[in-house]
Amino acid sequence: MSVVEANLGHDVHSHDEHEHHELNFWRQYIFSEDHKVIAKQYMITGIFWAIIGAAMSVIFRLQLGFPGADLSWLKPFLGDWITETGALDPNFYLALVTMHGTIMVFFVLTAGLSGTFSNFLIPLQVGARDMASGFLNMLSFWLFFVSGLLMFISIFLETGPAAGGWVIYPPLSALPQAHMGSEMGMTLWLSSMAIFIMSSLLGSLNYVTTVINLRTRGMTFTRLPLTIWAFLITAVLGIISFPVLLSAALLLIFDRHFGTSFYLSEIYINGEALPNVGGSPILFQHLFWFLGHPEVYIVLLPALGITSEVIATNARKPIFGYRAMIASIMAIAFLAFIVWAHHMFVTGMNPFLGSIFMFLTLIIAVPSAVKAFNYITTLWRGNIVFTPGMLFSIGLVSLFVSGGLTGIILGNSALDIQLHDTYFVVAHFHIVMGAASAFGFFAGIYHWYPKMFGRMLNSTLGQIHFWLTFAGVYLVFMPMHYIGIAGFPRRYYQFTSFDFGKSFTDLNMFVSIAAIFTFFAQFIFLWNFFYSMFKGKVAPQNPWNSNTLEWTTPVNVGHGNWVGEIPAVYRWPYDYSKPGSDVDFIPQNIPHSQTLESNFPHENEYIAQEKEIEAQNYNDQFASH
Amino acid sequence: MIYLVGLLLVVLLGIAIAVAAKLQKVMGSTQSESDAPVPNNKVNAALWMVFLVAGSVAMVWSYLASRDAFLPEASSPHGRETDSQFWLDMGLLTIAFFIVNFLLFFFSWKYQYKKGYKATFYPENHKLELIWTAIPAVIMASLVFLGFRSWTKIMADAPADSQVVEIMGKQFGWIVRYGGVQDNKLGAYNYKLITSDNEMGVDYSDEASMDDFINPSEMHVEVGKPVLLKIRARDVLHSVYIPHMRVKMDAVPGMPTKFWFIPDKSTEQMRAELNNPNFDYEVACTEVCGRGHFAMRLRLIVEDKASADAWKQQQKPLLSTILEANPKFISKIPEKLRAKAMNYAPYVEEADSTTASTGSAAAASASMR
Repeated sequence: MSVVEANLGHDVHSHDEHEHHELNFWRQYIFSEDHKVIAKQYMITGIFWAIIGAAMSVIFRLQLGFPGADLSWLKPFLGDWITETGALDPNFYLALVTMHGTIMVFFVLTAGLSGTFSNFLIPLQVGARDMASGFLNMLSFWLFFVSGLLMFISIFLETGPAAGGWVIYPPLSALPQAHMGSEMGMTLWLSSMAIFIMSSLLGSLNYVTTVINLRTRGMTFTRLPLTIWAFLITAVLGIISFPVLLSAALLLIFDRHFGTSFYLSEIYINGEALPNVGGSPILFQHLFWFLGHPEVYIVLLPALGITSEVIATNARKPIFGYRAMIASIMAIAFLAFIVWAHHMFVTGMNPFLGSIFMFLTLIIAVPSAVKAFNYITTLWRGNIVFTPGMLFSIGLVSLFVSGGLTGIILGNSALDIQLHDTYFVVAHFHIVMGAASAFGFFAGIYHWYPKMFGRMLNSTLGQIHFWLTFAGVYLVFMPMHYIGIAGFPRRYYQFTSFDFGKSFTDLNMFVSIAAIFTFFAQFIFLWNFFYSMFKGKVAPQNPWNSNTLEWTTPVNVGHGNWVGEIPAVYRWPYDYSKPGSDVDFIPQNIPHSQTLESNFPHENEYIAQEKEIEAQNYNDQFASH
Repeated sequence: MIYLVGLLLVVLLGIAIAVAAKLQKVMGSTQSESDAPVPNNKVNAALWMVFLVAGSVAMVWSYLASRDAFLPEASSPHGRETDSQFWLDMGLLTIAFFIVNFLLFFFSWKYQYKKGYKATFYPENHKLELIWTAIPAVIMASLVFLGFRSWTKIMADAPADSQVVEIMGKQFGWIVRYGGVQDNKLGAYNYKLITSDNEMGVDYSDEASMDDFINPSEMHVEVGKPVLLKIRARDVLHSVYIPHMRVKMDAVPGMPTKFWFIPDKSTEQMRAELNNPNFDYEVACTEVCGRGHFAMRLRLIVEDKASADAWKQQQKPLLSTILEANPKFISKIPEKLRAKAMNYAPYVEEADSTTASTGSAAAASASMR
């Protein structure tokens, strides 16, 4: 705001001086307050964690696909976690599973996805110079960085990182004597998550404030691109649910270090009866899933927002049912808060609660189905251009549907009895939340890379990357349903201890091979990503002929995003292939008075409002009032 | 190994795309394809259909090939009910799966970029939205109704004539406790009484505890009669999972839980049906509980009443085992119950069980492990 004060009395162009103000290297690239730099920081950090998280899954898939194989060749990386006989240590197996989940859910798909695209797109698409608070935004990234650093350090502890599953249910996670992974690793996990939650809150508050307060002239809520709607609702979800996880984590810290009994009761362990009575491990699960379930949508909604935008642009059609899309995002977000106990049907919770939660859970299928149908109708009679971003978006819709459908089974408490904590669940959520959101991440990167780096990614490589990944994801997770139907439990180091676990050794091997294959396919992307940053074709102004505001900024966007005034907005972002128009897109900043040939009768009435819109400039921090 | 063939196909697909892309580059200048805003638009459009066909074939084939490895028909009535509901739901969902993915992939191919074509401006249709809100809502409602009906039945109170078995999870194994052959009633327990002798913390100030016996490797139940599992955990969370019975319930320290079911196929019957003389029902753990989580195996033997009763007769009451190892334990039992407790002292056991078979000795040693 001080910028506004300082510029009072100057004319509109006084910001030029401001823009050319040179920042030193540290302020420009490291402790930057520019949303675009912060977005890139989130993206690079997210990609780094994605590689680590995916590599971990490859290691435990080796164990699951080839039990008893000699893994001595991993000794240089894993040291003593590989035993003398070349086997993977079962404690470390659990640590890998736990870290894979934590990293992927929180660091990659929450921070990586929201952090990158909310930061990058909100100011650019609503028409703002930057986030509401650049400083808090910077703080948000660096808290995330510190949280990641703590988690990273925990991987190298002698007792290993946290290893009780990403849900860290106490008492296992509360008792260091119960499990190697509940020692220092868990302490660091909890500290890391506490800091992560702070980071997430600062970020979310910024997103919400920016969307509500810093929209440019004429950018009413019904003219917001669906990306922004998705980011806004996601941020609200995060603000409401993450503090609950923080409290759950704090109480767990108290139980671990200060002798309280929030989650502990009647425990006898290592030859000792503990004094704690009266606590409830179920309490933790309620608190955890009160975040944990909205978290699924925190991960997925931004991906769906990105998809909406990319599909409309590349189908050259308006998104079908814009208002229905917003309504279903809101419905999903609301329902997300009242379905958490479907993760707990067989915890011994009152069965009546189970009935209620089953009912509420299955309602979510309705808005989700509406979204899927709307995407498909958007493709209908389109003129589809298969950019890599478009491919990933269509792939996302396919995964969202395929994975979402099995949710209808798992949300049914009677059917969940058998399937709970089996590979059926693993297959379900990896498709609908993991892979679908990752596809959203890829779609976003392919689509907005030109805006981020001023250069184009190689389309052909992107297309190859898509097909290999798409096939790979289905090959990994479809067979996993069969493994789940056969009753194989999750988080098992090996299945051979049980007779019922001896079917499907070949299928497990297949899944592992497919997972490794998919992992290596990602290097095509990595190469494309880093190579194009320096050697890619220079991006044109608006490479996808898109309507949204970010494409009105210079190819290499500077500080403050727009040179001169921020454009005003006169229409919704989906005027693609409008009848009467001789081009197949009309950007948001084109007034109706310039498109008389394509205006619908009711749109001609908007012409009268144009002057009024242009007269406003209260949201431009660089302009005078 | 046959799955490797599938994988190989994908690799080949990848190579095919790469080659196609190369060709595209070489021929790009002479082909009209270069009019499309991105390269390979036609190839990618075609690949959706390839993926659709290949994917559908792979889905059907892989299902048929995997079916044999699924669990056999449930050995409990509620399990058969949820199974048939599962396959009904699965059937409906598979239809939806194919329809939606078909439309998605087909439209992607059909409406690929054509030069000079203009997409249809079609931003909304309230009637359509209503239809596809209503249809899933109705289907969901009926599925919820079915699920709700089964769930309330399964979670209802156990019948009064149930055989009661207590099962306790610990790192890393299960211990079962029976009410004993004299009173057939489970005695009280207290976690503070747990010692290496008294692993379940059985409270001997309760008269009902005297004849209780425990077993850390086997659970025997009578076929066709409801079983009520009283579930608890003594250290961390565990979860009782009997895959063939479709039974699952968490074991929670400090909060006893329960699950009842009717095992209506004996182990022998299953061995005959599956043509596998080594078949055994198994109890596993499905809540991660530490290093040995993957190996918490307990055998479940479902047999006729005579065999189950005979097995129970052979089991040595826990009190006998404790007194054998530690005769002074008798001083911890309240005075008024001591005389009764002395009945379970080792010499009594030796005196009146001259007929005890070698099997009994084996079972007793098993219970001491």
